[in-house]
Amino acid sequence: MSFIDYFRSKKTSSASVAKERLQIIVAHERTQRSQPDYLPAMQQELIEVIKKYVAIDEDKITVSLENTNNCSVFELNITLPG
Amino acid sequence: MAKIIVVTSGKGGVGKTTTSAAIGTGLALAGNKTVIIDFDVGLRNLDLIMGCERRVVYDFVNVINNEANLNQTLIKDKRVENLFVMPASQTRDKDALTMEGVEKVLEELSETFEFIICDSPAGIEKGAQMALYFADEAIVVTNPEVSSVRDSDRILGILQSKSKRAEQGGEAVKEHLLLTRYNPARVEEGEMLSVSDVEDILAIPLLGVIPESEAVLKASNQGEPVIHNQDTDAGKAYSDAVKRLLGEEVAFRFLNAPKKGILKRLIGA
Repeated sequence: MSFIDYFRSKKTSSASVAKERLQIIVAHERTQRSQPDYLPAMQQELIEVIKKYVAIDEDKITVSLENTNNCSVFELNITLPG
Repeated sequence: MAKIIVVTSGKGGVGKTTTSAAIGTGLALAGNKTVIIDFDVGLRNLDLIMGCERRVVYDFVNVINNEANLNQTLIKDKRVENLFVMPASQTRDKDALTMEGVEKVLEELSETFEFIICDSPAGIEKGAQMALYFADEAIVVTNPEVSSVRDSDRILGILQSKSKRAEQGGEAVKEHLLLTRYNPARVEEGEMLSVSDVEDILAIPLLGVIPESEAVLKASNQGEPVIHNQDTDAGKAYSDAVKRLLGEEVAFRFLNAPKKGILKRLIGA
């Protein structure tokens, strides 16, 4: 760092921005990795079937898969219009 | 039984071949019979880095197709005893390597070699998966840079799910992080991810840190693995990594920038 730099305002270092961005994206991608490959397709098809019968908003559907020691729990949450 | 070590990264251009050449040479210099296999079918380059490009007659695919035997294909290193190179084929046929063929060759090599280094192609396609499938250990080469770190994490995911050890449910592939092109001065300025930043994200044991060095390009220009040049930081850092791979405890070097004098600080040079 040069003499002149001492007078400049300190900005957040780009390395710490890089680390933060990486931690978020890597954590996100790791959770996706543990899902079976067929999950996104199955999720889409389930939504299509439900949409045939009920007028629903795609945002109102959450799908999750949780792995415990000896079994996996597939959870499908749909908020039906009231 | 040979130990099979894959050198992989996901991202291209981070130093896989440079590392394969340096680590393979280092293992042979330490007295271990070692072969380095180029898995990059269609884009052969290990031969150039090892300086044996004019001695290639047969290649990996020829062995798999029974067009040549191992002794005809392996190129003996001119500088180091106990070191051999298996060149990749330049064919454009993507399916030239088969899992059965690779397994057969590795089994045959296992009978006489102590270390088999598999130099993986970039990417996560079939070639890269084939290079890591039979591995006992993996050296994940990473640059302190966002795309490289992310891709390394992807390749770690593949090692943990698609390798032979993962599929057969045995002991996991032993993972090593090798950070290359490290620039301590830029890390101190906050412009580059530090060793501990990358360790935090990838969470695998550190095998070595290779400083960014002009010696690496010079070595590849001359076709002489950089580990031969023990006057350079990169050469020394690779030697340290080889020792750690062989189980020795070695302190990490070249992690800090050389201290500047007061005059240089003032003028910012």
